[in-house]
Amino acid sequence: MIPKALIEETAAQLMATAAIEIPADYLAGIRAMTAAEEGDLSAFVLNAMLDNWDAASEDRRPMCADTGLPRYFVKAGNEAVIEGGFVALEEALRSATARATREVPLRPNRVHPLTRRHNDDNVGINAPEIEVSFEPEADWLDITTVHKGGLFGTDYRMLFPGDGVDGIKRFFLDTLIAFGRRGLACQPAIVGIGLGGSKDVCMTLGKQAACLRVVGDANPDPEIAELEAELKELGNSIGMGAMGFVGSSMVVDCHIEVGYTHTGALPISVHCFCLSSRRAVARIHADGSVETRTDPKWFTPYMRRDTVTWPKSTESSRKSG
Amino acid sequence: MAEKHGKLEEVRLTTPVSTEAIAGLKLGQVVYLDGVVYTGREGVYQRILDEGLAPPVDLKALSNVNFHCSPAASVAEDGTCNVGAVTATASFRFSKWMARWFEVSGARVIIGKGGMAEAYYKSVFVPAGAVYLVTVGYGTGALLGRGIKRVRAVHWLEELGIAQALWVFEVENFGPLLVESDAAGNSLFESHNRALAARIEGLYEGLKPPALHRYGETDDRKDELI
Ligand code: SF4
Repeated sequence: MIPKALIEETAAQLMATAAIEIPADYLAGIRAMTAAEEGDLSAFVLNAMLDNWDAASEDRRPMCADTGLPRYFVKAGNEAVIEGGFVALEEALRSATARATREVPLRPNRVHPLTRRHNDDNVGINAPEIEVSFEPEADWLDITTVHKGGLFGTDYRMLFPGDGVDGIKRFFLDTLIAFGRRGLACQPAIVGIGLGGSKDVCMTLGKQAACLRVVGDANPDPEIAELEAELKELGNSIGMGAMGFVGSSMVVDCHIEVGYTHTGALPISVHCFCLSSRRAVARIHADGSVETRTDPKWFTPYMRRDTVTWPKSTESSRKSG
Repeated sequence: MAEKHGKLEEVRLTTPVSTEAIAGLKLGQVVYLDGVVYTGREGVYQRILDEGLAPPVDLKALSNVNFHCSPAASVAEDGTCNVGAVTATASFRFSKWMARWFEVSGARVIIGKGGMAEAYYKSVFVPAGAVYLVTVGYGTGALLGRGIKRVRAVHWLEELGIAQALWVFEVENFGPLLVESDAAGNSLFESHNRALAARIEGLYEGLKPPALHRYGETDDRKDELI
């Protein structure tokens, strides 16, 4: 059984790690972009960011004061047993959020949308968001925290099948150009794209593609991977770099996730995970041991299954499902 | 006395920033500040400019540098403040208040994220003798946090909360910042936007038009979208 107190403690530590330490994959991606950047101002900005991440980890202070919206993604093994159940899990994560807000400190960003009332601890109605997915044949609990910033850099549109890849490219360019100007998207970003699904799932898939996949990762479907590479190149050929200055550093990586959608539709969402791409992950095993990492490993083969049953053992699984 | 830093020029300014220093700033210069900087954004502007409350401190005597930001800070029960990082917030949302703000506060340097429109610099900033410095990244919160040597005061914390309160920071080597608007009201961002504009059409070349248009792509609401 996984104790509630351990979940809370682990989650609070993850929040500090996410706020202070830039993930290694993103850092390596930005180093490579900095070396290739020819725009003076864009290169200056990237070098300042490299200094900033050093300062954050040396001083143990948050890399960016805008905490964004701190939230959690939980992957529960099908056999995982949580002390107090899922209600206790949610309470532990809410409590960890309030604690980390005070201790790190994080900026208390969360307010009521109409009254602007706030609890000064990043907890409130539907906050932090806690999304849960499952993994077969496992007894651990994976907890990922993401502090995604950005009032800017995300957009959604209902395209149609006839729009095809041209429509995808057009919307991708529209979004990057609109939010890349003056650097509102705090690029270079990990750009996540949700394709298909229902409208809400389309948004969710794009958000997860940006926040829960690492730089350098490709979609296992070769057709999707090819489009990812093509869009990354397209984004970096706009001529815009960091802060919207002339340059080439716009997209550090592009990730696409798909969901089966309405036969008449091609919904798309685009999300930019910014220069403070904050994510941290821990796996809590059934025996109480904890391992930390930066790759959420969220999109497992199980998550991307298209069969009725699991495991995807026989071709007849759909018929016999 | 600007010195070369890599390919960009570097300038160090002390608050209150003098008229001569402001006049000497060139677009794209890197600026570091010493002295006193205070935060103020919509919460502060609404109280002072819309509701007519007196500023909680004599701003003109304090500093002429207004930072559009909210710190990642916590305040202990005994009132001590722990400021971890500071990052700017997008300034364009505050432009409607600036003309009166310059009068009331005496601010001459605005620090923030994203800048404002060049036309607005020319019509509002230039007559007030003000310039805009932009923070870098924009995620350089830790570097800017390092530049804060002391929190001198925090006003209206109770009323506005941590994010919107008026914080007074004593700063040293606070930066990097870039000169986004100069004394003539030119904008660094807009000069880069103009350079990019020429390429943009080419990026869409060969892509078929969308099946369904949207309002926003046209200004004429009488237009059909299909
Ligand atoms: S978008 Fe990211 S880097 Fe930019 S201010 Fe927000 S959290 Fe910081």
